[in-house]
Amino acid sequence: MMKNRVIIVRNLVKRFGKFIANDNLSFEVYEGEIFGFLGANGAGKTTALRILSGLSEPTSGEVIVAGFDAKKQPEQIKKNIGYMCQKFSLYEDLTAKENIMLYGGIYGMSKTLIKERTDELLDKLNFREYGDRLISDLPLGLKQKLALSVAVLHEPKIVFLDEPTGGVDPITRRQFWEMIYETAYRGITVFVTTHYMDEAEYCDRISIMSDGKIVALDTPAELKRQYNAKSVEEVFIKIARPKP
Amino acid sequence: MRTILYLIRKEFLQIFRDKFISKAIIGVPIVQMLLLVPAITFEIKDIRLCVIDMDISADSRALINQLEGSTFFKIKYSTFSEEKANNLMHRNKCDVVLQIPSEFGKNVGTGNPGKVLATINAINATTAQLSWAYLNGVLRDYNKNILLENAGDMAVSSIPQIDITNRYWYNELLNYKYYMLPGILGILVTAIGFLLAGLNLVKEKEVGTIEQINVTPVRKYHFIIAKMVPFLIIGLVDLSLGLIIGKITFNIPFEGSLGLLFLASAIFLVAVLGLALFISTFSSTQQQYMFVAFFFMIIFILMSGIFTPLESMPMWAQRFDIVNPMAYLMRINRMVMLKGSTIHDISRDIYALVIIAVVFTFFAVSRYRKTA
Repeated sequence: MMKNRVIIVRNLVKRFGKFIANDNLSFEVYEGEIFGFLGANGAGKTTALRILSGLSEPTSGEVIVAGFDAKKQPEQIKKNIGYMCQKFSLYEDLTAKENIMLYGGIYGMSKTLIKERTDELLDKLNFREYGDRLISDLPLGLKQKLALSVAVLHEPKIVFLDEPTGGVDPITRRQFWEMIYETAYRGITVFVTTHYMDEAEYCDRISIMSDGKIVALDTPAELKRQYNAKSVEEVFIKIARPKP
Repeated sequence: MRTILYLIRKEFLQIFRDKFISKAIIGVPIVQMLLLVPAITFEIKDIRLCVIDMDISADSRALINQLEGSTFFKIKYSTFSEEKANNLMHRNKCDVVLQIPSEFGKNVGTGNPGKVLATINAINATTAQLSWAYLNGVLRDYNKNILLENAGDMAVSSIPQIDITNRYWYNELLNYKYYMLPGILGILVTAIGFLLAGLNLVKEKEVGTIEQINVTPVRKYHFIIAKMVPFLIIGLVDLSLGLIIGKITFNIPFEGSLGLLFLASAIFLVAVLGLALFISTFSSTQQQYMFVAFFFMIIFILMSGIFTPLESMPMWAQRFDIVNPMAYLMRINRMVMLKGSTIHDISRDIYALVIIAVVFTFFAVSRYRKTA
């Protein structure tokens, strides 16, 4: 069976002056999967993710996301994706409802649909009492969950999550991953970067980056078998050990 | 279009949620009008005079009396020592030293020209020239009196002289407040447009929320327009506030059309907002933005003709003012408010403002990058 490819990357290179952030990356992401992008800090994960989501232009190589070329049609890509950044980026001085309304409006959703989704979403997150609170008053975990909900509000084809669980407690992380599963279950492809190795176990497939290159790419089980390791963490340490 | 409305709504929510900004929007124009309009004046009263009367004659006494009688001069010091007088000038105790030599009375009495020497503190060239002009006026009157006395009744009619009667149009009483107020209104509108809008965009960069906007399919011009509209509205509200204060407090005359004034200010605001947002696309911190914005604002204001007449600036400066939106607004405000100019009289200025507004806005939209 041929799986539907929603992201195709071939020979992607991104240079900042002399520094090569992404060195000849090639990979594919299939529809509906949870694709984990692992790597140490500075390995080039965020750079690649920004290129895939149309925020940054590739230096060379071919990048197709949701059927559109990242070099020529970044705005078309943006219509089809959701994005949540490691640095929390909902408007802190707006309430949860106002944020939802804003992004719903930006994605061209109708007023009634926005209202419907808002209710649905607040109910699902047990968020009702927080709806009219400013984002700045919410605890980090709630903010992150809300940000994910807003990122998929318009039912995109793919959602990009850049270290979404950074600084969040283990219980909230767990809940957050449940939300990710649910998102994937709805048919939205999830592309997630992380440096928490336990989270990598939850992914359908993972790629491990080191020094701008992809050094391994497969299912967690297969990688563990190949490297004769008990956990993804062990795999990671075996192959991506930073140079001394 | 709907997207713009959602974005504008968001901007307004944020502006009014910021307690400081929402208060400042009302407070700043009030303070500016009440403070600047009466404070900035070129009128000079009570020029401090130091007299060195070496003559002590009836004639010199008469001249001094005449000076004392004028509203412009106040005789602060009287001395016989030139050194002491210079010292007073040096210590900024007097503005003008008038020296009457000892032969003054004799010369005047015998029909020879009487001579006096006036030394004027010209650190401020404008006040120096004005002092000189006032002094000259007093001396002219004095001269006339001498002529009349010496010639006797018979000859008066035979002295040929030209008598000028003047009228000051558009500001009959030469009230500086009337001259400054339209200008201050311009500054008020500029401050709102230039500082608030630019800082707003740079703040989104600093906080990182702009990233979230950039990854959505929002169109660039939607985003820029949504950043402009709230401050355009606030600017016009502040203009109304300024006008109301002007009317109540200073009873400023308003000869022209209110609608025309608002139209010109609206176009001007778009120009300034366009430039502000253009600059903010270059700046990554609010500090950077403020530094550059301040630089532009000072240049625009000082070269706008608010304090110094455009006509007295050097040619290159006048040419620069072709791209200075403030220069147009200054002219329009004064012409509409004091002269009652109609749209036909100021159409050239309006066209120029429209072009500047379109160009700056175009720059802002095209410089704003959603994909780096």
